[in-house]
Amino acid sequence: MTWPILSVVTFLPLVGALFIMLVRGDAPFARGTARWVALWTTLVTFAISLVLVARFDPASPEFQFVEKQSWLGIANYHMGVDGISLPFVILTTGLMPICILASWTAIQNRVKEYMIAFLVLETLMVGTFSALDLVLFYLFFEGGLIPMFLIIGVWGGPRRVYASFKFFLYTLLGSVLMLLAIMAMYWNAGTTDIPALLRHGFPLALQKWAWFAFLASFAVKLPMWPVHTWLPDAHVEAPTAGSVILAAILLKMGGYGFLRFSLPMFPVASHDFAPLIFTLSVVAIVYTSLVALMQEDMKKLIAYSSVAHMGFVTMGIFAATTQGVAGGIFQMISHGIVSAALFLCVGVVYDRMHTREIAFYGGLVNRMPLYAFVFMVFTLANVGLPGTSGFIGEFLSLIGTFRINIPVATLATLGVILSAAYALWLYRKIVFGVLKPTVAGIRDIGWREAVIFAPLVALTILIGVAPKPVLDMSAASVAQLLDSYGRAVKAAAAEESVRDLARIDQPVRPVR
Amino acid sequence: MYQAIVFLPLLGAVLAAIISLAGARARCPGENPPPGGEDAAHGGSSPTERETALSQAHEHAPAAAGSRAAELATTTFLMAAMILSWIAFVEVGFGGHEVRVPIFPWMIVGDLTVDWSLRIDTLTAVMLVVVNTISALVHLYSIGYMAEDPYRPRFFGYLSMFTFAMLMLVTADNLVQLFFGWEGVGLASYLLIGFWYHKPEANAAAIKAFVVNRVGDFGFALGIFAVFMLAGAVDFDTVFAQAPALAGRSLHFFFWDIDALTLTCLLLFMGAMGKSAQFLLHTWLPDAMEGPTPVSALIHAATMVTAGVFMVARLSPLFELAPHAQAFVTFIGATTALFAATIGLVQNDIKRIIAYSTCSQLGYMFVAMGLGAYSVGMFHLFTHAFFKALLFLGSGSVIIAMHHEQDIRHMGGLKDRLPFTYIVMIVGTLALTGFPLTAGYFSKDAIIEATYVAHNPMALYASVTTVSAALLTSFYSWRLIFKTFHGEPHDRVHWRNAHESPLVMLIPLGALALGSIVAGLPFKEIFAGHGVAAFFRESLTVAKSNHVLEDMHGVPLALGLLPTIMMVIGFAIAWQFYVRRPDIPVELARQHEVLYRFLLNKWYFDELYEAIFVRPAKRLGYALWKGGDGWLIDGFGPDGVSSRVLDVTRNVIRLQTGYLYHYAFAMLIGAAIFITWFMFAVR
Repeated sequence: MTWPILSVVTFLPLVGALFIMLVRGDAPFARGTARWVALWTTLVTFAISLVLVARFDPASPEFQFVEKQSWLGIANYHMGVDGISLPFVILTTGLMPICILASWTAIQNRVKEYMIAFLVLETLMVGTFSALDLVLFYLFFEGGLIPMFLIIGVWGGPRRVYASFKFFLYTLLGSVLMLLAIMAMYWNAGTTDIPALLRHGFPLALQKWAWFAFLASFAVKLPMWPVHTWLPDAHVEAPTAGSVILAAILLKMGGYGFLRFSLPMFPVASHDFAPLIFTLSVVAIVYTSLVALMQEDMKKLIAYSSVAHMGFVTMGIFAATTQGVAGGIFQMISHGIVSAALFLCVGVVYDRMHTREIAFYGGLVNRMPLYAFVFMVFTLANVGLPGTSGFIGEFLSLIGTFRINIPVATLATLGVILSAAYALWLYRKIVFGVLKPTVAGIRDIGWREAVIFAPLVALTILIGVAPKPVLDMSAASVAQLLDSYGRAVKAAAAEESVRDLARIDQPVRPVR
Repeated sequence: MYQAIVFLPLLGAVLAAIISLAGARARCPGENPPPGGEDAAHGGSSPTERETALSQAHEHAPAAAGSRAAELATTTFLMAAMILSWIAFVEVGFGGHEVRVPIFPWMIVGDLTVDWSLRIDTLTAVMLVVVNTISALVHLYSIGYMAEDPYRPRFFGYLSMFTFAMLMLVTADNLVQLFFGWEGVGLASYLLIGFWYHKPEANAAAIKAFVVNRVGDFGFALGIFAVFMLAGAVDFDTVFAQAPALAGRSLHFFFWDIDALTLTCLLLFMGAMGKSAQFLLHTWLPDAMEGPTPVSALIHAATMVTAGVFMVARLSPLFELAPHAQAFVTFIGATTALFAATIGLVQNDIKRIIAYSTCSQLGYMFVAMGLGAYSVGMFHLFTHAFFKALLFLGSGSVIIAMHHEQDIRHMGGLKDRLPFTYIVMIVGTLALTGFPLTAGYFSKDAIIEATYVAHNPMALYASVTTVSAALLTSFYSWRLIFKTFHGEPHDRVHWRNAHESPLVMLIPLGALALGSIVAGLPFKEIFAGHGVAAFFRESLTVAKSNHVLEDMHGVPLALGLLPTIMMVIGFAIAWQFYVRRPDIPVELARQHEVLYRFLLNKWYFDELYEAIFVRPAKRLGYALWKGGDGWLIDGFGPDGVSSRVLDVTRNVIRLQTGYLYHYAFAMLIGAAIFITWFMFAVR
């Protein structure tokens, strides 16, 4: 490996953004150029990121493609990916061209700025997943807020200002606590280097409050119940591509954070507080599924279903069994594809009719058979039908959790019934039935939309039937993570029991 | 060969899907929006006119291009699969060539390994024959039945997809692949019930079927998790090998210690209850009759609904170790057998009568499963597939002849107009009611005999209900025949226009009628006689203490004749009621109105579930949305904080009045407080 491939993947979109900045004016020509430059940049980035996959050694749990440059004194520019982060990098680079294509005609004002925002966002997202230094991670992680804030606030719907501020404040509040924890970790360990911190072994007291600080940030991001209420608003107001990125990538940063920081760096705290996470996860699954049943807005329904699906992720991760964690990761990848596709499906009809009200639609299958087919595939994946990607994640996270906590897994499995109810109800209201006169003139998906959906349909089914390559990619890293987690928890338990023994011994001694 | 049996239907489904999608593309091109924009209404007709035109579009649209090709391709593939299945049946059942065909690994995560692979043993071979034979005949029949439907490629694609999923289910080598097939057939059922998507009732029934099945699958999934936790694997060989060691272990489930295997079996059986429409989870099956009739025959009579029975047979090594679970299976089966039959007595929709009959017959099968007479249950599954598919397809022939009239009160006298349909329906009814020497006679009587001799705490209860249900079965089946084919026609116009179905529909009817007669005697030895052990070998496990099959042969003749006597009584009553004195049933219904309403409304299960599950869930969802998210979380969270901040700033702004004396006063007060504090607190 002679060239810094990871940095190229990370910063190439930024180069594209700079290039778009050079284009002057807002003439149709300039807009066209901005679109094409953005599309090509994201496509090339995706192609290069595939080199990562080709050269990645799934048997090794170590960080690969590592780059290290000194920078800023305390923090280094340290990049690298392992089996846990690589899938998210690919998910990001793979979805970006789709987002650009989805915005092709829907965005007509400030096209240049829009494309720049997306390209900058891509750099920040890839950076988040491949940063190996806490400070660097924090910069990327927080930096991602700004373009997303702008995408919602500038190109969003009527209540975009409310939504974007809600989104911004919620996430910022969580992040401030995380920043405090990061500083404490630096003072304790003397470094912000992630691989070094992974080996450090933090004292229990620090573990506990730092775990909560990180939880505050990641729980908002994911989002977990009860800090999820920003998500439906943000989704509803965001433009289609914004929703796609929000659901597919930004939410996953929370889950990734749990896997990269909470579980390996604060294993004892993770173990001790797992019941809290389980409770919140189960509440999320049942509560938001029930709420989803009653939604009147297509995007809100999918947003609530996202919260429910993320409940499986947190439950699986903190179950800390091989199946649970692998299921959590797979569920995130799958949800990245499926929820993205569902938001794109909403976008298709929104572009045509300019409303997301469920009651407005009906009988679309009569005019849009191809759309009906595509929407059906993703609805089924959302329901977790075996043979689609949605099943693998749910199944693994549940089977992994059942081993250690039967009631939690049982209650979470209720989500399987509820998801069928709300997803099929949505499909029936929009697609089936007699064609409503208001949508009588609607046309089926065109070639551009077919190009967007085709890879997503194929992937949903492919990794549902043959998920092994995806699972194998992270298997070694997950095994190592759980191995060190298990040892830390066992050591803490041993220490605890020694202390307990000492306490029991005391009264036996003669009291003076 | 086995790959061909399973994947030929898939190939057919994919071909039909491509044809269907290509046709859809041609019909509704995506490019070039119509002039005037999409949201602009088309000129000309008024909205109401257009609406009615659209609602009828489904019937009057021209047939999709390639319909013939899709029909022929899928039907041919299924015929080939059927022939291969019979070869497999002979080879595996009698030749003893059990096979495992690995395909490729599905998931390998830590100690969990799940493979795609085909397990072909006798149990599977029986199912292969049932599924592919009925499916091939239903495909053939559908060419005639659906001839006027414009969306035939889609229909045949769904049928073949269903067949593929069902085959994956019966060839599964592990619980997860079984679950794949299980949910796959559920999907196909959902799509086919809702095939006529312009009908609101069809859409509602489709969702109901899927969601109720999901309730069962909730249990099934938990059962799989429990098996994995206990045995550390999900493939049948490992699990069955581990099972004896697990007997007696207990599991902490919520606040309750329970025998691990009993719990596991009960959870898995919950899945079977959903799929096989057993008591409590049966409500979806009658509604599923909204789908086209061939679908009802294939999915909701002969194959899919028997998946639960197959599952229990497949998991016999587990159930044999969990006697409490077996008792429960018997109880549910026996209850369903009688309960569904009581509802069947008074229904008026020809398909719903047969649907309740299916429900009831599935109860019989579960009785056999619960008693440990697995092969006997499989026997009834095998024979039932023929005569029940026959009854459905026969009623389909009636429905077509009557121009989609399904109410038997509007029929009558059809035996002169539809002689062939009449004869095959009689054959089906004889088999269903257990007329001596027909297929149903052997299998149903064997189940009832098993209830006499089994040592299951529920055996006596099962004897009573199954014998009573035999009477009711005979009554409602003959009632259907008499009201449909005998007497005076109630609808003269339809009666005069009624005509016999085309040959392409009559051939499958003939074949199934033949099957309804001959599927019994030749197979009695291997399913319920002395040949069971040699035929099924390891595919069914029976505990050493389980002697049901041997004891069955010692049942006294009088008891053995009981079901036949019941059948005759049922026939006699039906004859009296509907042929000789048609005023009696009317009078009875008037005198016992409460009972009649209770049965007519299916024991009010739909209303009950609506009241205790559906409406509370919706109300709770609404309350959580508006109250939980809106009032509590947002109100005290972001919105609350922001409005408090606004309040505070507004008040702070009010403080800045600009009057000097206000500021001076505030300073004075402050100084006074400070001095007071300084004097008293700081010493």
